[in-house]
Amino acid sequence: MVFKLVKREHASQWMLLVTPLLAVLLSIVVSSLLLVILGKPVLLTMHSFFIAPFENFYSITEVFLKFGPLLLIAQALAVGFRAKVWNIGAEGQMIIGAICASAVPVYFVDSTSGWMLPAMALLGAIGGMAWAGIAAFLKTRFNANEILVTLMLSAIALQLLYYLLLGPWKDPMGFNFPQTVMFQDEALFAPLFSGVRLNTSIFIPIAFTIAVWLLMEKHFAGFKLEVGGQAPDAATYAGFSAKKAVWVSLLLAGFAAGIAGMSEVAGPIGQLQRSVTSGYGYAGIIVAYLGALHPIGIVFAAFFLAVLQIGGDVALVSADLPISAVQVFQGLLLIFYLSVYTLVNYRLQPARTEKTASQGVSS
Amino acid sequence: MLRVSNLQHANAVIKPLSKHTHTLLSLRDITKRYPSVVANDSINLDVHNGSIHAVLGENGAGKSTLMKLVYGMVEADSGTMHWDGELVQLKNSAAARKLGIGMVFQHFSLFETLSVVENISLTMPGSRTELAEKIKTIGERYQLVVNPNASVHALSVGERQRVEIIRCLMQDLKLLILDEPTSVLPPQHIQSLFDALRKLRDSGVAILFISHKLDEIRDLCDTATILRDGRVAGTVNPKETTTKELATLMIGREVPHIQSQRDTVQAANTVLRLNKLSAKNPDPFGTSLSDIDLHVKQHEIVGIAGVSGNGQQELSRIISGEWRPKTLSPDAIEMFGQRVSNMDPTQRRNLGFSFVPEERLGRGAVPPMSLNRNALLTAFSQGILNRGFIRKKKLSDFTDRCIADFDVRCGGNNAIASSLSGGNLQKYIIGRELMLKPNLLFVAQPTWGVDIGAATAIRQRLLDLRDQGIGVLIISEEIEELFEVTDRLYVINGGKLSPSLVTADVTPNDVGEYMIATHSTDSAQPEAHAHGV
Repeated sequence: MVFKLVKREHASQWMLLVTPLLAVLLSIVVSSLLLVILGKPVLLTMHSFFIAPFENFYSITEVFLKFGPLLLIAQALAVGFRAKVWNIGAEGQMIIGAICASAVPVYFVDSTSGWMLPAMALLGAIGGMAWAGIAAFLKTRFNANEILVTLMLSAIALQLLYYLLLGPWKDPMGFNFPQTVMFQDEALFAPLFSGVRLNTSIFIPIAFTIAVWLLMEKHFAGFKLEVGGQAPDAATYAGFSAKKAVWVSLLLAGFAAGIAGMSEVAGPIGQLQRSVTSGYGYAGIIVAYLGALHPIGIVFAAFFLAVLQIGGDVALVSADLPISAVQVFQGLLLIFYLSVYTLVNYRLQPARTEKTASQGVSS
Repeated sequence: MLRVSNLQHANAVIKPLSKHTHTLLSLRDITKRYPSVVANDSINLDVHNGSIHAVLGENGAGKSTLMKLVYGMVEADSGTMHWDGELVQLKNSAAARKLGIGMVFQHFSLFETLSVVENISLTMPGSRTELAEKIKTIGERYQLVVNPNASVHALSVGERQRVEIIRCLMQDLKLLILDEPTSVLPPQHIQSLFDALRKLRDSGVAILFISHKLDEIRDLCDTATILRDGRVAGTVNPKETTTKELATLMIGREVPHIQSQRDTVQAANTVLRLNKLSAKNPDPFGTSLSDIDLHVKQHEIVGIAGVSGNGQQELSRIISGEWRPKTLSPDAIEMFGQRVSNMDPTQRRNLGFSFVPEERLGRGAVPPMSLNRNALLTAFSQGILNRGFIRKKKLSDFTDRCIADFDVRCGGNNAIASSLSGGNLQKYIIGRELMLKPNLLFVAQPTWGVDIGAATAIRQRLLDLRDQGIGVLIISEEIEELFEVTDRLYVINGGKLSPSLVTADVTPNDVGEYMIATHSTDSAQPEAHAHGV
């Protein structure tokens, strides 16, 4: 029996709200099953994932440390996704942002100027935007598919990072580890509380969220982006530029990812090293969708995924889980979200093959 | 799978040519519900062999659903279908074809890059030479002449339609269903189609002819069943019924009339001028525009007639500014005396130009967005924005005024555009564009898919606008509509425009001549495509 998807005439609004919750529930059920198969303690693992992150102050600050970059990147990606610009290379844009920001402390090792941090933020933003701008240029000039271009640019960015860390930027006193010197305090964000890694950079994603909310919900520019995504012909008819939408979407994402990369090297990491992105660029895609591409939904989604990552770290130790367990859970989450979303908006109907055959030929 | 009873078989053999010998198709109490609408409600329909049976009704009356039921593409919720006296249940259209039912859709299903015989060989067994021979025989017998080796993209719409009909005739055809077959044809080709259909009928085939054009039905059909709101409103002999009676049956009340008090106007300014406009279409199957001269003055309605696909799409996009070819000369398009070739749609709108495109959903309006947000699409310059931020109150005021002034039936300013009927959405879009207070209004297909009531209201509104001094340009494929409202006419054909014609001085047939003039249409094409034989 072959099935086909038929769009529902009235997808209920509250179902759209239920969708992420249902996806979370299904992911928990399926991963519990996997845990049972693996012979791991289910309850302990669930406790580690969802309760342990809130059991002490330090863990809570760690959750917010992860929350920041996820929120920042997901907000920017969601703007692009609503305009149907599929930038999946935030990872690469984040790497380039981190590299450009790191250039300042790498070349001014002894500087104690107060301009260090602003200069790093500026360079990080410019780097991320330039990297995303390549995809925007290729898309608008040659109609090159931005999915492929941004993905491949991420691979290039990673190789560039490796080259710098193994070559010119390697810390001469670093026992040959592929990393730069530790940055001086002037190149780091100040911690919010003593003894924790959470720092003042957390305010950037929050401010950015408000800006994106204003843009998408209240401003004409956001409306133009959305029309371009939902009905390109209507955008042309109205006189909105499709090219501008591509540029705005990609540059915004490049900006956010660049700043996120800068916040990592100027924050918890304190130097440039291989694992500078912690996978935020890709996780941001999941967050954007889990938040239904809505600025407020994304706040919750980013928080949830941050909890999941900290919880995963706990579970590694307490429940002796393999390191890939968190990734499996994240993957399940996205798959279930997309399936539930599809079934909320479409219904499954047995396909009548003869009918399609008779109508299959069209001029 | 179906056995014809001996008696009927004998009947058919003895009197194959006489009319009304027996009931070929009989529908009883057919009902089909969709989630939001009952498309067919207890429909009874009898079709006799050797007769042309019209199914008449407005948009949304349930004609297409009923035909799809007969053709096996849709299954009825309840009711019975008898074929030659036997109860049948069609699972799919292949089963319908096996019974001898053929259908020609409004949108043809032909591959443009293949030749006629190649297209037919996709669905018919037999070698291409045999098929080509058969196409010629059928063509001669029913006056459906078409060159089997011609490429489909080189054929006119009328010829493509013939290919579709021939494809149905290649099998043992008993019932032919035609969905609005004349809506795509110029007047001259309509008569030759009718001649062919009459020949078919006389050979014993039953024809179901779907249309909303009353004169045609009275000219061609032996019986007419009128559908209204999914029910049968009546079955009549159209030759003994006046057009007015038919129309009243169709819409359930008397047809409203449109009026205009036209004053003689002096010294009108030219609001739109195209000067030798030429533009090459990058799409190899699209139409290129060449040497187009056109002007529209204040106080007049100018129409562009033509068979679809002759450059209307391209011309409308180039006038609206949606398509701005780099090669366009700077003075090719002038609005209100200004050169606008390089201006984008927003800039042209700011000069006093408004445009209603032919596709309402997806171009004139964003389907999943509310009417409020759709108002923003073009009305954003009407004091609705404050430094780019949307002023909610101003926006909903604008939408409410549009809904009230233009009688848009909808669930308020937050209704989703795609939830409106075609006519109401068209009224909304025209309303929105008129609220921009244009001096030049351009409407493509003003009443496409719009019911008679709304269509009359729209035409009346266009005449009122002209009387107020606005220059109006309309593109339409409905000749009747153009003759009803325009002062002057151009005909577009193969990307070229005819000279300006004064509507009062020409007949629909004159216009039809221009529609097909230089087309390499009717006769078989001499430069036969040798490949594929």
